[in-house]
Amino acid sequence: MIDPVSVFLMLLSAATPLLFAALGELIVERSGVLNLGVEGMMITGALAGFAAADATGNPLIGFAVAAIAGCAISMIFGVLTQFLLANQVATGLALALFGLGLTALFGKPYEGVKAPSMALGPLRIHWIVWLGLAMVPLIWWFLQRSRAGLILRGIGENHHAAHALGHKVHLYRLAAIGFGGAMAGIGGAYISIATVLQWTEGMTAGAGWIALALVVFSGWRAFGVLAGAWLFGGVTVLQLRLQAAGIAVPVQLLAMAPYLATIIALVVISARRKGSAAPGSLGKIFHATS
Amino acid sequence: MWRLEPRSDAPLIWQFATPVLAVLATMLTGAVLFGLMGYDPFGAIRTIFWDPLFGASAGYSRPQLLVKAGPLILIACGLAVGFRAGIWNIGAEGQFIIGGITGAAVGLAAYPAEGWWIFPAMIVAGAAGGWAWGMIPALLRNWFGASEILVSLMLVYVAEKIAAWMAFGPMRNPEGFGMPGSRNLTQYPSAANPELIAGTGIHWGTIAALIAVVAVWVLISRHLRGLQIRAAGEAPRAARFGGVKPSALVAFCLGLSGALAGLAGLFEAAGPAGQITDGFGVGYGFTAIIVAFLGRLHPVGIVLGGLLMALTYIGGDIAQMMMQLPSATVQVFQGMMLFYLLGFDLLTRYRIRRRPA
Amino acid sequence: MSENAIFRAEGLSKTYPGVKANDNITFSVTEGCIHALLGENGAGKSTLVKTIYGLVRPDEGRMWLGGQAFAPADPHAARAAGVGLVFQHFSLFDAMSVAENIALGLDNPPPRRELAERIATISRDYGLPLNPNRLIADLSAGERQRVEIIRALLGHPRLLIMDEPTSVLTPQEAEILFATLRQLAGAGTSILYISHKLDEIRTHCDRATILRGGRVVDSCNPRDHTARELAAMMVGGEMRDIDRSGRRPGEVLLQVRDLSLAPLSIDGTSLKSLSLDLRAGEVLAIGGVAGNGQEELLSALSGEITSAPGTIALEGQDMSRLGPVARRRAGLLAAPEDRLGHAAVPGFSLVENALLTAAPRQDLAPGGMIRRAAARSFTERVIAEFDVRTPGPDTAASALSGGNLQKFVIGREVLQDPHVLVVNQPTWGVDAGAAAAIRQALLNLAAGGAGVIVISQDLEELLELGDRFCALNEGRLSDPRPTDGLSLDEIGLMLGGAHGMEAAHVAA
Repeated sequence: MIDPVSVFLMLLSAATPLLFAALGELIVERSGVLNLGVEGMMITGALAGFAAADATGNPLIGFAVAAIAGCAISMIFGVLTQFLLANQVATGLALALFGLGLTALFGKPYEGVKAPSMALGPLRIHWIVWLGLAMVPLIWWFLQRSRAGLILRGIGENHHAAHALGHKVHLYRLAAIGFGGAMAGIGGAYISIATVLQWTEGMTAGAGWIALALVVFSGWRAFGVLAGAWLFGGVTVLQLRLQAAGIAVPVQLLAMAPYLATIIALVVISARRKGSAAPGSLGKIFHATS
Repeated sequence: MWRLEPRSDAPLIWQFATPVLAVLATMLTGAVLFGLMGYDPFGAIRTIFWDPLFGASAGYSRPQLLVKAGPLILIACGLAVGFRAGIWNIGAEGQFIIGGITGAAVGLAAYPAEGWWIFPAMIVAGAAGGWAWGMIPALLRNWFGASEILVSLMLVYVAEKIAAWMAFGPMRNPEGFGMPGSRNLTQYPSAANPELIAGTGIHWGTIAALIAVVAVWVLISRHLRGLQIRAAGEAPRAARFGGVKPSALVAFCLGLSGALAGLAGLFEAAGPAGQITDGFGVGYGFTAIIVAFLGRLHPVGIVLGGLLMALTYIGGDIAQMMMQLPSATVQVFQGMMLFYLLGFDLLTRYRIRRRPA
Repeated sequence: MSENAIFRAEGLSKTYPGVKANDNITFSVTEGCIHALLGENGAGKSTLVKTIYGLVRPDEGRMWLGGQAFAPADPHAARAAGVGLVFQHFSLFDAMSVAENIALGLDNPPPRRELAERIATISRDYGLPLNPNRLIADLSAGERQRVEIIRALLGHPRLLIMDEPTSVLTPQEAEILFATLRQLAGAGTSILYISHKLDEIRTHCDRATILRGGRVVDSCNPRDHTARELAAMMVGGEMRDIDRSGRRPGEVLLQVRDLSLAPLSIDGTSLKSLSLDLRAGEVLAIGGVAGNGQEELLSALSGEITSAPGTIALEGQDMSRLGPVARRRAGLLAAPEDRLGHAAVPGFSLVENALLTAAPRQDLAPGGMIRRAAARSFTERVIAEFDVRTPGPDTAASALSGGNLQKFVIGREVLQDPHVLVVNQPTWGVDAGAAAAIRQALLNLAAGGAGVIVISQDLEELLELGDRFCALNEGRLSDPRPTDGLSLDEIGLMLGGAHGMEAAHVAA
């Protein structure tokens, strides 16, 4: 009937786009920046990656291009918020809307095209899934053990103090935003290249927003992001299984499950912590007075 | 080297100039984009921004302007109030959908009875539906501290699924030969929201939008509550010191914007859309966010912003017909406009000076 | 003297839009000496400190450190050249550990274990006990300052700048700090000591450079001058005396009983069973080191936070459950410490800021609709009676200088004819003229029969204004003592003395 190994593999796969996007956003938010445009960066990565994979026949090149594209579009946000000091919430929203529009515009020729197939890695698990899993301890190490990670956290915690000690606030933040864009791009490409195997307009379907919620859920910790991504992967798989099993609940209502689960998770985590784990300067504009 | 120096006051000239600059920059970038895509750049810009008003088929497209601007203005007015208070309702799309469903539900329940009370009851139900949908993030934020940004956005997806379920399930037109979608309310006189003056595109939603514009203007610039809302957005502690209860403000702002979005949804369902379908939400709730910013969160600006956005919608449709320009062009334009606006906004908040070498 | 000068500045100037913050500043610091930089708020001290630390580049002028030309491009360069800085507003990261905070302030921090050892060594040598694994958020103000000092010392500075270090310390804790500084100076580190506290400069500093309006006005040995003389140099003119006459305590207006409150933020302090009585015509002075519950007390009295029923009563009427608006109507008014962002909205005009707190009592918005003309004329009255220097009532609060905005904030409450007014740090960061005007206004208010509570960290201000004095220490309020005959030493003990800090290795 239900083979636990295959269910776990499905869960891993469903969790991967969220894992990438949320790990990227984790770094962004740890630097004190709130980039709400994850959805836009993901969908950009999904299309750019798909197009590159289709053109070269090599999905791995697709993922590399997705990372570059995600990073490139995140720079719009980076320049607006770091150099032109625009409001982060509004700019992030604009990025989400812009990414959706841009990909709808340029994605038309790819509709109905099939993705090139890709060799699986060890244990019949996709290489990108492995990469995502490897990123978790790497990011933990970066944040907790490396010098650059320490400075990044310091900037996110109190940008005025970090500036007074001579650390380059805008530079670190711009780098973090770019990294977040690249990670979101890979996450989006995983959806188009590795799971759905084709391009459709708006195919990320809110995954970027769920990734944002995951960062809150994680308490801004790398392993917390992993736990959250698996939880949501689990909900998604369960929902698909129930749909397939044909239980007596309308399909449309079952499809709400990931979104409702996100809300419930947010409520539970926020009630427990009252938001105190958030970086101290999150979402605030930094402008040196000298 | 250049240096930014914060201004203590936002000069009026820049407040007016930046949206205009943003529109011009968007046109310019758009023209370049079209050129690269192999279209006639000047022609495309003219088709989108000029032809709907003065082109060959302006007679048809001009009324559409109000049809599309109405819901945008109605929703944006509510959003602007919240944005000023630093309360980010980005789920107006969901409130729009739910308002449409609850409003239509009253009409469908009354079918086929006729009566003067049916349409007003639908209006109340639409506003109440949107209000309730907006109160969910408000209460979750007040009780548990959950981010209203993420909750309201998640509820958009939930609302879309509910609309799909309604269209395929409970609300499906029994005389619709199995097609998804509800009865068409425009063919049911007591529940219809018709064009009030032929050839203008004005329907009850337009009137509601006008009332909302005036009411929000009074609220923001003449009422103590508006002052408190602005204070809360700029300096939350000062607002609290001034007597603002943060939780009450959250409920007020999300409730108000939810109710207005719900109203917009009802007028749409009973008028231009005519029915609840699987794709009832067409993005007005998101575009209204752009309208609110483009209008500088001011009711008068919102009217202009709403008309401009409506223009791009109609112009986009014309461009799609005449030039085979993809429909997503409009979305890209709208996103670009917001980017430019946020960028140019720097000029209202900072003075740019050359740093002495 | 200049041959053993460790640091020299010559002709430093820095202009900001509308202000010449530093104007042709020249002075030198001798090796192994504690050199005071004395000046009022706005005299240009912090611009000068930022210049030496590489955060601000001077428009003109040059500096030398240890005989070599010194023009740091950023704090890294300043530290590398041997400058250490202990910030006035701590540049610490609350959610991070002591060790991480210190590592962030070093350019090439050693590995974690070695850093912990070095921290331990320095702590021992200078009597600054500190656990490197604790979170900053859990430390007291004195302990936080120790983190800053150790961070600066780990860079082996030749010149250590201390920016207003004693503003967060009790007099006893300040004594211990000076013992540490003396020890450092003895070992050859020069100290540039920024302050406006005359007494500690006279007792502890070897040399003083006095700044006024961005210029050096004098340079002297502070021990050769009286506090009054130093004050005259700093302010530029004779000090104004304050008129304390005309007050007679009447019946009890405000009664606080057993008030307890959770902290406002993670680094706040809980209030523990506080009680006090305030009489008509009386000024009650509440002193304490920053972060001992002052913010919480003000918020509890203003109504921003409600407390258990029966804990706060105004003229016999229970206020505990009422919000700020209802309390204002009843006559209980407040002016918080933070002018921009708490007492006033920075981007709001003065009229709008007046509406924010004066609407209920002055009837500026009956039924919610704003009476613009009335609001404007009330604002104009505040501006006129409190001599607020502003282009007009429509100017944004953020465009006013600190002193003028503070006069506006106090004036806005005083002119509403309060029965009880609670103020926190009424003259913090305000020039001497404005401070004197504000203090006089508070005394006049009491003389007119109102009750006034002044919460402050400036002990001299409290002694000058208060009839009775209470100490707020770790959220507890001491019994009141009449201010007549109360000495600074006694007050220090009431404030918690040295908070268990040890005076280790003094004069080792």
